Amino acid sequence: MSDSHANEHSSDGGAAQRKQIWKVFIILSILTAFEFLIAFTLPSGTLKVAIFVGMTIIKAFYIVGEFMHLKHEAKSLIWAILIPCIFVVWLLLALMLEGGSIFQLR
Amino acid sequence: MAATTTTTGTVKPRMWMGGIEPMKASYGKLMMWFFLISDTFTFSALLVSYGLVRFSFPSFVGTAKEFVFSPAYWPIPEKVYEAVPFLHGIELPLVFVGIMTFILIFSSVTMVLAVEAGHRMDQNSVEKYMLWTILGGFTFLGCQAWEWAHFIHGTESGSVVREIVNGAWIEKTIYGANLTENQYGPPAFADFFFFITGFHGTHVFSGVILNILIFYRSATGFYDRRGHYEMVEKVGLYWHFVDLVWVFVFTFFYLV
Repeated sequence: MSDSHANEHSSDGGAAQRKQIWKVFIILSILTAFEFLIAFTLPSGTLKVAIFVGMTIIKAFYIVGEFMHLKHEAKSLIWAILIPCIFVVWLLLALMLEGGSIFQLR
Repeated sequence: MAATTTTTGTVKPRMWMGGIEPMKASYGKLMMWFFLISDTFTFSALLVSYGLVRFSFPSFVGTAKEFVFSPAYWPIPEKVYEAVPFLHGIELPLVFVGIMTFILIFSSVTMVLAVEAGHRMDQNSVEKYMLWTILGGFTFLGCQAWEWAHFIHGTESGSVVREIVNGAWIEKTIYGANLTENQYGPPAFADFFFFITGFHGTHVFSGVILNILIFYRSATGFYDRRGHYEMVEKVGLYWHFVDLVWVFVFTFFYLV
């Protein structure tokens, strides 16, 4: 039986899609386990923070892209969601610098 | 299964009441996405202000072994979150929060499986996976409640702090944390803990309520009669977003 989303499904009854879901789950689990490993092995510093931020962005990519299906939406919707996030990056940079400045002045 | 006629949205573009649907998404899904982007800003504001205050305090210099709690510098997270239920007195840094992370990721997986089952109009699978998702949500909330209780009550020995009261230095022992006192570090650290994990926990709670509603409506055959399970998809978006926020909270609050 088909529904309004029939176009997204192949004839195998969604088996390929379920396989993809479990694949993403395994990727997320491995990344989280790897984060734990890093947390206890690397000395704290810029490299450690950079690795954590990088892995978090990869995890976010898989959750938003596959679980929330954004990767398979119309291009205009993808950009409508991603572009506003630039403001978050701006706020992050601005307030990090500000925090460092407060530290200097304290 | 309901004898609904199939709506083939594949050939001609689907319509909203005013015309062709923009961005090839239904009204409800599009509005959920725009709600989520606004919620992203709220969480970003909380996490970025955590970063601001974190950077305005000195870091602890030295190895993790030498670390002691003090309001003079920001604490190392693995020293703050090291307790696990039923294992009193054993130092297991970040283990409990790791378990919570896996519970939430797993409930996200069962949610996306429910969405997938909804596409196939498979009512039994939708019910099964929604129940797993609800269970995961409640487990996470339970874990968070325990973590809060532990954080508030503190360690057995507490921390000795010196502070000025009425112009004189006094020394006292603080156990745990509230909004004004904190045994683990600066009071701002505890404030952010309560606000950020609390705001996220509130989102998880409302997500569980929505999931229960979706489970009830699919169990009573409501979506089957309606002819599609798009509501599962919309609530699924919200649930994945809650998981996504936790990924960021986990990194920036517990790891960095």
